[in-house]
Amino acid sequence: MNTNYTNIPSGDEGLNGDMEERLWNYIDGSCDAGEKSVIDKLLENKAAWKLKYHELLEINEMLQSSGLEEPSLRFTKNVMEEIAKLHIAPATKTYINKKIIWGIAIFFITLIIGFMIYGFGQIDWTATSDSKLPVDFSKVDYSKIFNNTYVNAFMMINVVLGLFLLDRYFANKRKKFREDT
Amino acid sequence: MSTGLNDNEIISKVLSGDKQAYAGLVNRYQNYVFTLALRFTKNREDAEEVAQDIFIKAYRSLADFRGASKFSTWLYTIVNNTCITFLRKKKLPMDSLDREGVFEAADSQESALRANLVEQKSRVAMVNNAINLLNPDDAEVITLFYKSEQSLEEIARILGLETNAVKVRLHRARTRLKEKMQHHFSEEVKDL
Repeated sequence: MNTNYTNIPSGDEGLNGDMEERLWNYIDGSCDAGEKSVIDKLLENKAAWKLKYHELLEINEMLQSSGLEEPSLRFTKNVMEEIAKLHIAPATKTYINKKIIWGIAIFFITLIIGFMIYGFGQIDWTATSDSKLPVDFSKVDYSKIFNNTYVNAFMMINVVLGLFLLDRYFANKRKKFREDT
Repeated sequence: MSTGLNDNEIISKVLSGDKQAYAGLVNRYQNYVFTLALRFTKNREDAEEVAQDIFIKAYRSLADFRGASKFSTWLYTIVNNTCITFLRKKKLPMDSLDREGVFEAADSQESALRANLVEQKSRVAMVNNAINLLNPDDAEVITLFYKSEQSLEEIARILGLETNAVKVRLHRARTRLKEKMQHHFSEEVKDL
């Protein structure tokens, strides 16, 4: 709500939407103490605000006094007859089998490790080098590693894995929201 | 019948196998749920069917209610979702507050509602009839706030909106209600 109550308005701005909005917040009790005292002063001093306040207050009272609609007398009986045939579904939490999730995770981890082993297997570790490092990176044939079907497949699997994790992330957010409500 | 028990106590009984205890919840909330359903359907037969469906869904999902919020807030979330699905199936306008068709459809009910007013010339009837002339979104937020004892924060949860958005929607709904009352029931307003 963009109500600015640090400066007390003159009250001459007329019966505009902002005035109504502020008065509704005042009536609902959803404005803070500062705004409340400003409105109190405006209601004391400005006839337009007072008039509008009473108009809105009347609508508020009418809304509060309005009753509820009632369904037919058989309503409860109808519902109870229907639920007699039904069972309560297990809580959503129990639908998610953790073993399956772990199984999928282990599958992908194994796959990644497998491809890493394959990739390192392509490197000629026996090549001599003056470098102190055990691997002479200048002699590694990267095209051998990154230019074959297996690597493409590996990248594809990573994309799928990424989408899977994103889906889990949103599913957890949904679950948290449901738990909150 | 489980009168005297609070909502959570009734739910515990139902979850432990006492199906009949659920009647306590149905009795307690049937008017609230039916009124909200009526705001969407604008028709008592459909509202009764939708309300029945809501209580059945709530029963089926009762194990998912963890008591983090009031049962009524949880139930009204089901009401909101079920009613939106109902409107989608019926292909009635539901989300456009500015769509002319919404108001035209509502205005077409005016003569019937005015006839109803002749019989029940009271403040309650007039307010209810004016609410029925609003589009479902406006009617729902007013009903939740004034009749279903839900705070702005709870309404925000039910509707899946921010609290400030609910404030704006409520303000807009009340402005439209005031316009409807002035436009359609100006004589009655004077008489009251």
